[in-house]
Amino acid sequence: MVTSNFEYFAPTSVDEATSLLSKYRGEAKVLAGGHSLIPMMKLRLAEPGILVDIGQIEGLSYVRKEEDGVAIGSMTTYREMATSSVIQSNYPLLADASARVADLQVRNRGTIGGSLAHSDPAGDIPAVVLAIGGSVVARTRRSKREINIDRFQVDLLTTALRDNEIITEIKLPGLASGTGTAYSKFHQPASHYAITGVAAVITISGETCTDARIAVTGAGDKATRARRTERILKGKELTPPVIRRAASRAAAEIGDALNEDIHASAEYREHLTRIHAGYAIDQAVAAAG
Amino acid sequence: MAVATFGESVKRTEDPRLITGRGKYVDDVRLTGMAHLAFVRSTYGHANIKSIKTSAARNAPGVIAVFTGADLQEELGGLPVGWMLPDLKQPPHPPLAYETVRYLGDAVAVIVADSAYQANDAVELVEVDYEVLPAVVNGEEATKDGAPQLHEEAPNNIGFDWEVGGGDYAEAIKDPDVIVVKERIVNQRLIPNSMETRGVVADYDVGKGNITLYTSTQIPHLVKLLFSLVTGWPEQKVRVIAPDVGGGFGSKLYLYAEEVVAGIVARQVKRPVKWIESRSEAYVSTAHGRDHICDAEIAGKKDGEIIGIKVDLYANLGAYLSTFAPLIPTYLFGLMLGGVYKMPNIDCKVHGVFTNTTPVDAYRGAGRPEAAYLVERMVSRFAQEIGRDPIVVRRKNMLQAHKNGREVTTGVMYDSGDYKGNLNKALEIFDYKQFRADQRAARRDGKLLGVGIATYIEICGMAPSAVASSLGAGAGLWESSNVRVHPTGKATIYIGTSPHGQGHETTMAQLVSSELGIPIEDIEVLHGDTDQGQFGTGTFGSRSLAVGGAALFNSLQKVKAKTHRLASHLLEADPKFVTFSNGTFAVEDIADKTLTIQEVAGQAYAAANLPDGMEPGLEEVSFFDPQNFAWPNGTHICVVEIEQDTGKVEVQRYVAVDDFGNVLNPMIVDGMTHGGVAQGIGQALSEQAVYTDDGQLLSGSLMDYALPSADMFPMMELDRTVSPSPSNPIGVKGAGEAGTIAASPAVMNAVVDALAHLGVKHMDMPATSEKVWRAIQDAKEAQRAARATARAAK
Ligand SMILES: Cc1cc2nc3c(=O)[nH]c(=O)nc-3n(C[C@H](O)[C@H](O)[C@H](O)COP(=O)(O)OP(=O)(O)OC[C@H]3O[C@@H](n4cnc5c(N)ncnc54)[C@H](O)[C@@H]3O)c2cc1C
Repeated sequence: MVTSNFEYFAPTSVDEATSLLSKYRGEAKVLAGGHSLIPMMKLRLAEPGILVDIGQIEGLSYVRKEEDGVAIGSMTTYREMATSSVIQSNYPLLADASARVADLQVRNRGTIGGSLAHSDPAGDIPAVVLAIGGSVVARTRRSKREINIDRFQVDLLTTALRDNEIITEIKLPGLASGTGTAYSKFHQPASHYAITGVAAVITISGETCTDARIAVTGAGDKATRARRTERILKGKELTPPVIRRAASRAAAEIGDALNEDIHASAEYREHLTRIHAGYAIDQAVAAAG
Repeated sequence: MAVATFGESVKRTEDPRLITGRGKYVDDVRLTGMAHLAFVRSTYGHANIKSIKTSAARNAPGVIAVFTGADLQEELGGLPVGWMLPDLKQPPHPPLAYETVRYLGDAVAVIVADSAYQANDAVELVEVDYEVLPAVVNGEEATKDGAPQLHEEAPNNIGFDWEVGGGDYAEAIKDPDVIVVKERIVNQRLIPNSMETRGVVADYDVGKGNITLYTSTQIPHLVKLLFSLVTGWPEQKVRVIAPDVGGGFGSKLYLYAEEVVAGIVARQVKRPVKWIESRSEAYVSTAHGRDHICDAEIAGKKDGEIIGIKVDLYANLGAYLSTFAPLIPTYLFGLMLGGVYKMPNIDCKVHGVFTNTTPVDAYRGAGRPEAAYLVERMVSRFAQEIGRDPIVVRRKNMLQAHKNGREVTTGVMYDSGDYKGNLNKALEIFDYKQFRADQRAARRDGKLLGVGIATYIEICGMAPSAVASSLGAGAGLWESSNVRVHPTGKATIYIGTSPHGQGHETTMAQLVSSELGIPIEDIEVLHGDTDQGQFGTGTFGSRSLAVGGAALFNSLQKVKAKTHRLASHLLEADPKFVTFSNGTFAVEDIADKTLTIQEVAGQAYAAANLPDGMEPGLEEVSFFDPQNFAWPNGTHICVVEIEQDTGKVEVQRYVAVDDFGNVLNPMIVDGMTHGGVAQGIGQALSEQAVYTDDGQLLSGSLMDYALPSADMFPMMELDRTVSPSPSNPIGVKGAGEAGTIAASPAVMNAVVDALAHLGVKHMDMPATSEKVWRAIQDAKEAQRAARATARAAK
């Protein structure tokens, strides 16, 4: 498995990197951990002429507590997130999901920025960040913008990112007190990606669910909010029948776009999505209490 | 380290080298001026080649040459078949297809370039114009009227019809008391995934006309012989080297197209050439395993007595006959249909069928896993049908223990075994009664637990050459060894088998050490280079120790005899009174008269004082051909839990009691068992090759082909019984395949047992979570329907 020809740049600053992206716009690809891009290049499914490796840029790997949440540098690896005490205490589901991506070698290399930018239909992090909420900070040579995570994943392997932009940071909001989180994943037996994965962030005040964000990955062509599930949960006391009813709608938004392959039919995927939505909600509720 | 003994768990001496990246594999071979090959492969399952345009590729940077199948048709010849059957159809198997491609991945052209990158770039520039033909991938469908035809020589795609049996099954089931249970048994196609893919470096010596092939193979000597037969290259000018080989599981046991092409192309371009198979290529160009579709019947009586088994098997051969393809679904399958049972009547018919898929050949266990799965599934199925416990039924039908040969219904002679002893020992470890109680309690709590028993016997230690030859073998199946003790008393041995993960360097040195009393670190084990030693057959069918170890043992006896005679002479003692132990010759009752084997070796070379007629030096060769195969056997017990919500199966416990005869290195044998069981669990729960109807492979990468991973296995509980094999002088059997053979039926019996109360009677492998979930849904649906009918009737 050998890649086709490419030229390799290793800039040491974001400015230098974004300049290269502008200069070679359309031809250049950002290389982060390389654990999605390089396999595709080896299979010649991706044949970028220019690689801009952002791994040499200092200061893109951090987890920082801010006044109103947490900022994560785009080159922060799964392993760093899984072991970060700030993430463990603020977003247990992110720490937990990061610890369960692939194997240690992949977790040592793969990054939060790469995972979001790649937008694999079965990626774990896109669903988790979608459930937490927040935004993606993208920079070009001249500009900087924040993209709301709800508008970030656009389609299969497609995001709102432009081809001259680099993700530099992910901003996550602080979660209200009384919030519990969970991520529940059913593995595809070969790749160990998610056949379905459900992330739940649920806030409970007194007996009532005051907020709920549920996101599903693996089932459709991109990570998707399960808004009908959220609506059923919100404003109610989360008794087992309510949770069951909410979970049963977890794949509703995906509808006809349910994936189907040799590992799971659409029907089975939908079933698994409901089951794992139930698990994730149960666990998030337990953690909230 | 010191002198090792037989039965000691000596740590693997090759491991420090292999696990620190200091092994030398084919890809580590780098020769001056070496060019690289890349193959253009068919993207269709079945098509005629209308034209191949290579000019763009020829002109691409770094490209030295491009050859199509038509260019090299004469030089390449056809790939050989190493096992004959009566009326076997042998359609030509060109290493590079030139008229028709018959499976996805069939090679049609080869690029030679300065670098692997340039060669692969140029592959994309070759334009092949195909006329796509209808394809067939299913071994049963392919025999039906109107199915696409692969080869003129094989009408209805049938490569052979073969049968074996004993007793009279048709007559036996006429008894009105006999119950016949039928089931369709499918043994799905598997794709071997050795850690190291295949690869070859061909080095042509222009001056001498010699060719050296470095190739990742289990059979360097046979590759030399077959390469020479196919290409007409004089055998004395062919040298084959299997350096470190990173796994094979049977898939590196053939002469492959790429080996022949590399050799011929090296001669054409007068440069060394290298080809390293990519993982994606491996999925389509390395032989697959299993792929049986079978109608099976088992017959017996209400009291549990089994009177026979009947099998009608469609064995998918793939598009061409791979080297040993005719052997695997015939003798290695049919002869095993009695299992460890009396099984007085056996009726087995096998149809070998060509389809538009990658050729199918041996894969760990090769025929025996298919047989054991069928027999053990059917025995449990029968027990379920008559409402009896599967252990009771097995015990009732088991053969008695025997030590020296027992002929069974298929006509073969099992060597030794205590089949009930295996079962009893497994049941000592596994408290069956307690389990059944736990299972009932779990069901009340809505949990699904199941237990599966599988017994097995298998045929390995291939083989008596005369027997094998009478059955169709194209080569002798003996084994060889050379023991050279150096003047300093250290030793170098050359063995005819070569390892691809089994630890020969340790076990063979251990055998030398235990026999000669030479410390194990003083022994060098050479293998896999046809110029370094005598011919050997190779590593497959768990034969390296049972046949190759026996050959080594015999050489060691010759060394012992010679050194004993020489030592007696030097000690001026009657040989009768000279003892040998721990590497030292001593004269009985005389304390200070001793000589070490090292001293004696020195004297053998000094040759100053040799007994009359003794030749100088200390080097012996032996060739060993056993009288019978070796027959490992055992009982495995598996417990699974099934997640109700999702259908996911988890193996909770695994108990294995095996009879491998005498065990030279228990640690290595345990490791073999672990790996074998893991592969069997993989087949039972997750692995499957999936083709579309037109011959595209959907499970063509590690992203979709579900190899088992470590989190699927519990700690295995292993134990053994020991019935030394009378087939060889060291009493060993073989341990390489047993785990794989027993595990898939053990797991599937457990899965069915967990669902039996819902009315489930059989399920095909792999028991994926979706399949199990559906079985649960269907069973519940059936129960609801039954209740509704009952209510309506009231
Ligand atoms: C064996 C294996 C198993 C895996 N299993 C899982 C799994 O279970 N779950 C899962 O979610 N993932 C899994 N992955 C994928 C892994 O998580 C990837 O590492 C991740 O999806 C991509 O991150 P990366 O840093 O490696 O990105 P890269 O591969 O370097 O890049 C991916 C894409 O994102 C773009 N990109 C990267 N960083 C930026 C940036 N800062 N700004 C703009 N664009 C950028 C690149 O141009 C490229 O298009 C697995 C990978 C492997 C190899």
